Amino acid sequence: MRVALLYTRVRVEERLLIEELGRRGIEHELIDARTCVFDIHDPAGWDRFDAVLDRCVSHTQGLTAVRMFEHAGVPSLNASAIIETCGDKLLTSAALARAGVPTPRVLVALDPESALGAIERMGYPAVLKPTVGSWGRLLSRVNDRDAAESILEHKATLGGPQHGVYYIQEYIDKPGRDIRVFMAGDEPIAAILRRSEHWITNTARGGKAEGLTIDPDLARVCRGAARAVGGGVLAIDVLEHPARGYLVGEVNHTMEFRNSIEPTGVDIPGRVIDHLLALAATRPPRTGDRVVEPKPAGVAHTPGAAALHGDPE
Amino acid sequence: MSTALNTSCDCPECGGAVGLKNAPLRGEVVRCGDCSTELEITSTSPLTLSLAPQVQEDWGE
Repeated sequence: MRVALLYTRVRVEERLLIEELGRRGIEHELIDARTCVFDIHDPAGWDRFDAVLDRCVSHTQGLTAVRMFEHAGVPSLNASAIIETCGDKLLTSAALARAGVPTPRVLVALDPESALGAIERMGYPAVLKPTVGSWGRLLSRVNDRDAAESILEHKATLGGPQHGVYYIQEYIDKPGRDIRVFMAGDEPIAAILRRSEHWITNTARGGKAEGLTIDPDLARVCRGAARAVGGGVLAIDVLEHPARGYLVGEVNHTMEFRNSIEPTGVDIPGRVIDHLLALAATRPPRTGDRVVEPKPAGVAHTPGAAALHGDPE
Repeated sequence: MSTALNTSCDCPECGGAVGLKNAPLRGEVVRCGDCSTELEITSTSPLTLSLAPQVQEDWGE
């Protein structure tokens, strides 16, 4: 079995995943998406892999490269259809709504004037988000009409075409925290609470993580969300509403987990690799495939992938 | 012949010495201890560092 780890930036998460592959003796290659050239008429060179694990920080590069791997017959974790849905907040919200998964109300508009009307209809405060992006960047809590007009003018003047899509989300008054649940297929494998005094609770923005026991209702909601976007390995952000219960805010397809291993005690990279290997095992054999015995655990097949520990900084 | 990896390199921004605790990986981002600039490992043999790309709008998880 041979797998590829597709990346654009090697962070702590990628190191942990590479370590895990090495520990298990899984033949693997590290593929920098930025260096790839795909010949769509002759994709055969890429079909040497049984599965690819997408870890690109760039949504565009990751999605494109995964589509090319799939074109070559290589299954991806996550699949391009999942990346496409989860990488776009509008598509995610639509998928959740179609599946009846509880989620904050969303309006979308394609023009600043329409967007202003939509924000007024939503009521203040409302949240304006770019449809693509993460880590809590470029989110705006719009508290009144003055703020709405100002933000919409800035987006229309300074933003590119993608900022002409106005994704307006109901503001949920979180109790100083939100929840992140890590899913592997249908199974919620770990959960954290992210606490912050700020209304943006991402750990990338300073939110503090602590372990959380997953109750049956939370598991049910997250299972529904995972199925709605197509499954895979996901991190689901959940808000708590005093009357409506759990609401799914976002679903992340290239999840970061460095801050969640210690508080949950769950070997998250190990679970990701479990899922990757299960996917690789489903790939039909190619012509000329031969059976290769796995190398002993601890032997990495990619130069530089062995004996990597911790953050080099 | 020595096969030890070079784990120290000059920062392309400030010229300070950047030491790595672990085996370098191509594509890995490290920070210069002197000027705090984010640097990307663009080659492991020889070890070379370049300024890391700035965060783009479509970056995330």
